[in-house]
Amino acid sequence: MKILAVCGMGFGSSMMLKMTIEKILKEKGITADVETADFTTASSIYADFIFTNEEFAKQLEGGKVKVVSVKNIADANEIRGALESVLNT
Amino acid sequence: MNRRLLEEKGVLLDVTAKDWQVAIRICGEILVKTGKVEVTYVDAMINNIQELGPYILIAPGVAMPHARPEDGVIQEGISIVVLKEEVAFAPGREFKVLIGLAALNSESHIYILQKIAEVISEADTLERLKNATENDEILQLFNDKEEH
Repeated sequence: MKILAVCGMGFGSSMMLKMTIEKILKEKGITADVETADFTTASSIYADFIFTNEEFAKQLEGGKVKVVSVKNIADANEIRGALESVLNT
Repeated sequence: MNRRLLEEKGVLLDVTAKDWQVAIRICGEILVKTGKVEVTYVDAMINNIQELGPYILIAPGVAMPHARPEDGVIQEGISIVVLKEEVAFAPGREFKVLIGLAALNSESHIYILQKIAEVISEADTLERLKNATENDEILQLFNDKEEH
């Protein structure tokens, strides 16, 4: 499984988002690759899920990859809930 | 190891800004004054938001403006601006706090991001950040205790 964390430049908020996602994956004992990407290259990278903020989510939706929109990129509860909902579908 | 990422002069509270550009500029100018970035970096911070939208909102009411290391970073660090009144990037996209970030490359600033994540991930520290009235409150949130 590959999860892509996306932000404008690929090393600020996406890196923070990646850290939160990895924390929850570890907690749940799930193995997955989490990578960061900037918005312009995100759509050309293969992934099962994209996690990003509301602005980019709107623009990245509609493709084959399931896009998850995040309000607080460091909030473990929000990310846990989002991961649970996409992994069950 | 020096992990004191925020200095006293890096914090500005009770700031009034008429729009988001002014707020980001104030935040960037603190980074210039504390020797973290060149003036060009501040313009890059603003241009990035104009090009990409207000994606820098990292938590409700908190935005993390930054540009790329090659846009003029001298030294790694952050600046904090707490506004008197919220300012919006767009309707419904308001912020009260700006965390200006200067990173030297895509890896070395991870400890800074971890610290920011720590502060914004908990409701009580997030509220303390938004409602701070003394610089010390902010410094305590971002710097490790033993360094005080």
